[in-house]
Amino acid sequence: MGAFAYVAPTSVDEVLTVLSEHANLGKRAQVLAGGTDLLVQMRSIDREARTIIDIKKLAETNRLTISDEAVFIGAAIPSAELNENEALVNLLPGLLEAADLIGSTQIQGRATLGGNLCNASPAGDTIPAMIAVGAVCRIAGSGGIRELPVEEFCTGVGTNTLAPDEFLLGLEIKRPPPGSGSAYLRFTPRTEMDIAVAGCGVAVTLDAGGTCTAARVGIGAVAPRPLLVPAAAEALIGTKLDDAALAAAGEACSAAASPITDKRGTDVYRRKVVGVLCRRAGAIARDRAQAQAMKD
Amino acid sequence: MAEAVEFKQIGTSPVRPDGVDKVTGRAQYGADLNLPNMIYGKVLRSPHAHARILGIDTSRAEAMPGVLAVVSGKDFPDAEHGEIGGEGGGDVADLAKNIMARNKVLYHGHAVAAVAATSQRLAEEALAAIHVEYEVLPPVLTLEDAMKADAPLLDENCYTKNLPEKPEKPSNVAAVMQLGRGDVEKGFAQADVIVEGEYRIPMAHQGYIEPHACIANTNEGGQATVWCCTQGHFEFRAMTAKVLKMNVADLKFIASEIGGGFGGKTVIYLEPVAVLLSRKARRPVKMTMSREEVFRATGPSSGTLMRMKVGARKDGTITAAKAWMAYEAGAFAGAPMGPGAMSIFAPYNLENFHVEACDVLVNKPKVAAYRAPGAPQSMHAMECAVDELARELGMDPIDLRLKNAADEGTQAPYGPKFPPIGLKACLQAAKAHPSYTRPLPDGAGRGVAAGFWFNVGMQSSAEVHINENGTVTVVEGNPDIGGSRASMCLMAAETLGVPYENVRALIGDTESTGFSNVTGGSRTTFATGMAVVRACEDIIAQCKARAAATWGVDEDQVLWEDGQAVPAPGVNADVKPLSLADIAANAAKTGGPLLGRASLNAQGAGASFSVNIADLQVDRETGKVDVLAFTAIQDAGRAIHKAYVEGQMQGGAAQGLGWALNEEYIYNANGVMENAGFLDYRIPVASDLPMIDTQIIEVPNPSHPYGVRGVGETPIVAPLAAAANAVRDAIGIRINDLPLSPPRILAALENAEG
Amino acid sequence: MSKVHVTTSINGEQVEFLCAPEQSLLEVLREGLGKTGTKEGCATGDCGACSVLLDGRLVCSCLVLAVETQDHEVTTIEGIATEEGLHPIQRKFLEHAALQCGICTPGLIVATKSLLEKHPDPDETTIRYWLAGNLCRCTGYDKIIRAVQDVAKELAYPA
Repeated sequence: MGAFAYVAPTSVDEVLTVLSEHANLGKRAQVLAGGTDLLVQMRSIDREARTIIDIKKLAETNRLTISDEAVFIGAAIPSAELNENEALVNLLPGLLEAADLIGSTQIQGRATLGGNLCNASPAGDTIPAMIAVGAVCRIAGSGGIRELPVEEFCTGVGTNTLAPDEFLLGLEIKRPPPGSGSAYLRFTPRTEMDIAVAGCGVAVTLDAGGTCTAARVGIGAVAPRPLLVPAAAEALIGTKLDDAALAAAGEACSAAASPITDKRGTDVYRRKVVGVLCRRAGAIARDRAQAQAMKD
Repeated sequence: MAEAVEFKQIGTSPVRPDGVDKVTGRAQYGADLNLPNMIYGKVLRSPHAHARILGIDTSRAEAMPGVLAVVSGKDFPDAEHGEIGGEGGGDVADLAKNIMARNKVLYHGHAVAAVAATSQRLAEEALAAIHVEYEVLPPVLTLEDAMKADAPLLDENCYTKNLPEKPEKPSNVAAVMQLGRGDVEKGFAQADVIVEGEYRIPMAHQGYIEPHACIANTNEGGQATVWCCTQGHFEFRAMTAKVLKMNVADLKFIASEIGGGFGGKTVIYLEPVAVLLSRKARRPVKMTMSREEVFRATGPSSGTLMRMKVGARKDGTITAAKAWMAYEAGAFAGAPMGPGAMSIFAPYNLENFHVEACDVLVNKPKVAAYRAPGAPQSMHAMECAVDELARELGMDPIDLRLKNAADEGTQAPYGPKFPPIGLKACLQAAKAHPSYTRPLPDGAGRGVAAGFWFNVGMQSSAEVHINENGTVTVVEGNPDIGGSRASMCLMAAETLGVPYENVRALIGDTESTGFSNVTGGSRTTFATGMAVVRACEDIIAQCKARAAATWGVDEDQVLWEDGQAVPAPGVNADVKPLSLADIAANAAKTGGPLLGRASLNAQGAGASFSVNIADLQVDRETGKVDVLAFTAIQDAGRAIHKAYVEGQMQGGAAQGLGWALNEEYIYNANGVMENAGFLDYRIPVASDLPMIDTQIIEVPNPSHPYGVRGVGETPIVAPLAAAANAVRDAIGIRINDLPLSPPRILAALENAEG
Repeated sequence: MSKVHVTTSINGEQVEFLCAPEQSLLEVLREGLGKTGTKEGCATGDCGACSVLLDGRLVCSCLVLAVETQDHEVTTIEGIATEEGLHPIQRKFLEHAALQCGICTPGLIVATKSLLEKHPDPDETTIRYWLAGNLCRCTGYDKIIRAVQDVAKELAYPA
């Protein structure tokens, strides 16, 4: 068994250097943000020694900016801190309520959106919510910065597109236009401290007459990776988000799901419930969009 | 005992004497002690649910620098059959083989070897260096599979016990038992309504938050001191001595503070292993289990399968009840089918009943006591059946129970006639409780169920020392798992007539106080409390004698009132009353220090009955159940410390609701538990529960000086059926199996819709 | 295996220790520094028995690497009481009999401190959700919630 090492670089270049050195030598390195998944895995399913690169000391991964055009959420900011930012919560309620569902208060004191995404669990709560609000990953690598929509980031259960010499800086989200609302719902048997059996994020934009002009729907825990469901969005766009439209979007989510049966739920159950969640999250997103339109 | 006694301190809720240490982090639990020169022990566990051990090669581990001892089954003495008493008792050979496998592993997680090394990490690496060769056998994972005639056998020498004749072939059915009265077929013939059902409950874990932990320090003379978290250090000493064939006198057990047990810490797992490792390494060895080990290798409750039939006349009189029950024992015999069978009909006055129960071996961990062991499962089946009966009859479910309720003089299904019991009082209180008539929101349902536990007495010792200023030290031998020191202090204070603040209680180790059975069976406040009261009475007698000598009067001319010796009315002596402090201050001149003692085998533990009311809401689209309200009503005989009695009722309700709604051992086809952690073994969290209303009923137990009945176990019994009956009420469909998990409820709803 | 030298502040005291890079804060607190008031119930962040404050924020010490605490501030259960005596949270837990076995109590007290700093006047739902990461198997939570409600009232409206 080799030995663990810990480094806490203070610049993006330093992180990239450590990553490249390890990649070139065939040595293992892993980025640490909140650590709430990483530390558990280190003690159970993945005990192999490695160099741990703590990215919490970088300016860029701690950056939280809200401009007229976009929101940037650094990959090292714990979800509790995000939820203390009122402007952010008002702008992206769906994403922030997803962040508020990751584990306990204790977990949220450490867990980050970036970590939740990189861990690439099919059941990661914030990923469908990110997909719904059209979040884009900003990825640093030796070749420079690249951008990638969140729905293309996870490649399977626990795997993502990051190359060995790359890491996630943060997420950029276009500022939702007036009349927008978003919501995330998940199903768990307990009220808290559970892994999603199914999850669904919905983001919608309404025009002045209450007609849906844009929509995105993301689903989780019902396929090997979180999915964007274009058919669900199509079922919403052009409607007033009435019960029939929401039901159609829910059916599209159920149809898009390819769930498994495991200790947390059956395939039949997951397929049905993801539709229910879409319907309910859609109604919340609609109500929020209407409330927001009234404010503006 | 007199009914209208006014107590000065009993029934209040003072702060516990050990409280400050527990809210500041000072209290030392099982894993909190570290000794000089200490090393760390770890257990290698079977990756198979059922396999023969062909060989264990520990040579590589032994050669590793820093690895100071390695043991496996061959290092333990041959396991001999023999009974060990107490709640965690059973067969010594089974106990020994459960602690360390010999020829076969019988569940995934079964211990096969152990190491001690200078660091935890090194110990883990050493485990990885041990090579075990297995011949993998097919696992037996369900009661039905285990009971098949051609099932693979866990134990080729297991012949079903209690059959009229010894069977020809071995079987996974370790034992059967029957219990009955009257003629059930005649009873069913008299019934106007008959309800039948099959009920299944999976294994559940006690779920104490503190994993098992111990330190053993064996010296070169073969004497060992063991510090551990335990519900009973005397019984742990006895079990360890038997398993290791040691002289009890060579073993000293010190109970640490204990972070929950619920029955699960009445049995040894690590202690003999640590003693052996320490003997080999000649160093103190600390062993702690991980949470995963706790789930995989320590005592869950039995999974059960029950078939019920209950009949009643139109007026609600139950004419006959019949039950067949199979209890999973896990890897070794000893499921609590006996208490399950004896409790199932306890709340009812039945002319005709019959119970048959089986103790069945399966390739899962050996079950251990879990709060009222056996009763939650069996009484779930009966209480659901009674609820269905009430529906069929169009009767209020409490009225139906009142109609058939056992009362003083009723012959209990398990034999004796009940002395005064509180079942009817609980039922009447439930009927009158606002929780029973409060309007329900849409989609919600209400369920009621009765609960019961025998309670036990058993052996306890106590000493009471009077300090030189008249303050009091109580020494007893039952680990304080939920505030029992406070109860002991209250009983001592009340008896002696001194302020509660002047009394302190401590738990002596096995060399510094007399024997006591485990903190279990809801016996501590009853039996050990009785010993404390008797020891205080011993003190009072001595004080009266010393006062008499001081005053120059006869002993029978001295009374003890309000904490002081006073002359009896009419005694012609001009004396001032002598307080405990006065007598203590003068003790040197009157015969030396004051020490009161009592040891007893307490008889007459009064049964405790309960009635629970649950309001649950069901989300018909997801099957999720929310607990809206829960009311627990229970006979405590006499509540010594009111808040801790309520606490037992509330904690038991939470555990019962967890078992009813979400908790279960989930196994894959290879017999590997898939949810061995608190993330997926879902015990209730704070946001899952409402406030839990309690109402303490007090029908004093005539066998206890203050009327105490044990209260610890009964609270977990009724919530299972109360919840199931509430779901039945909410959705109109009876779901017989637990847990009432969202997929199960949704599937039932969809089936009903067709 | 080379150890890392860490300087941090624990309960207001500057503390130095050596640890392996992969060791958790919980392990170092308990085994290295003798601060055993912080309990281990699961080591996977699922029970909250190891709750501490890191720069004032509630975390599970089993999910923090000890090396990460360099130049940060840690508060454990041993740092809750003051020279004046027990913290009101500790006193109210005792008065309400909000503990039975007591193993979850240090974590719950630390979590309650963090709750009341963020939400001085929490409603029952806020309390229950904030404390959902602190498992208690003995009490059914009832008396814990009442103790927290009572201490919030006392801190908001001192007598």
